[in-house]
Amino acid sequence: MINTSEPVNRDRREFIGKAAASVALLALAPGVKLVDLVFARPPDQPVSNAMRWGMLIDSSKCAQGCDACVRACDEEFGLERSARRELDAHYIRKLDVRDEQTGRMFSLPMLCQHCEHPPCVDVCPTGASFKRADGIVLVDKHICIGCRYCMMACPYKARSFIHEALHNQKPYAPRGIGTVESCTFCVHRVDRGGTPACVEACAAAGHDAMVFGDLNDAGSDIAQRERATSSQQVRADLGLNTAVRYEGI
Amino acid sequence: MGKVLRRTALMLFAAFSVAAAAADSRVPLPDLPRARHQVSATQGCVEPTEVMRKNHMKFLLHQRDDTVHEGVRTKKHSLVECINCHSSDDRDGKPIAINAPDQFCQSCHAYAGVQMDCFQCHATKPGS
Repeated sequence: MINTSEPVNRDRREFIGKAAASVALLALAPGVKLVDLVFARPPDQPVSNAMRWGMLIDSSKCAQGCDACVRACDEEFGLERSARRELDAHYIRKLDVRDEQTGRMFSLPMLCQHCEHPPCVDVCPTGASFKRADGIVLVDKHICIGCRYCMMACPYKARSFIHEALHNQKPYAPRGIGTVESCTFCVHRVDRGGTPACVEACAAAGHDAMVFGDLNDAGSDIAQRERATSSQQVRADLGLNTAVRYEGI
Repeated sequence: MGKVLRRTALMLFAAFSVAAAAADSRVPLPDLPRARHQVSATQGCVEPTEVMRKNHMKFLLHQRDDTVHEGVRTKKHSLVECINCHSSDDRDGKPIAINAPDQFCQSCHAYAGVQMDCFQCHATKPGS
């Protein structure tokens, strides 16, 4: 019998992964450099795990009362606000947080954290919830049955269920009744070399609180900043290794 | 005897009238709107027309998995590109939904009696 209560031994998994990677490295043809894989991907090439997309959010620059990122996201994906707010889809929520002890207040955007070990993927009974090779966690709505286990599993309340029939969806962002959805890191933009709509909106509003980039590329803005300054995961205790990290929380 | 004859005659009459009605009101072949442009001088669509008629759903299914799971964004078998080319405009020059009656997708699917659920989620009008 399998003991299901025993935690996953990540070190062991990592060791096997590294062993496999080193074998693969030895098998590489001479002259082929791994570094080449990191640069822009042609549209006919599949994503690879050479990169991992991530976001760094500086909550000290995130202004209270500003919801530019939320509005940009609504606009990008055609998310509408109805009279039944509690049922509306949200990809980003703007949270105002107050430390009960000290009274310190700050503000931050909460979105899908694109975990390395996503609980939503673990619980999905159909395989609709999945993590792309480059670390973006998505829902394949073609195979989502709308059971909403992922919504219950997500510690960040990042996912929404579409209760009613939708019309006038965006060509690049199909979404419809009976499926679960969440932040896609604007995968349609990222695949074309762009940045997510919220990051652009935050910069346009003059706050520059959000940085998006490749965590695996040591030369990228985000990797350099994360190396230089202290950043935190929300609920780091869960060991999910989120791709979204926060400064000043 | 007379009763049996009368019943037979009635049944024959009924059978003929059904056949006649069917001959008159057969579902007409769909009259498809023309695509906006041709792929080349010799070929209309991205694959030969007969291949597309029979296999378009297989191309779409394959492309959908490649795009969603692997981020492959080639245009050849992309549903967005189908709609960009096969939709038509109304009198004001505004695009009509591709799943509206008499439009490219719906006219043929109505004829074949096959229901599409692509457009519960996917956009029905051209866009970027």
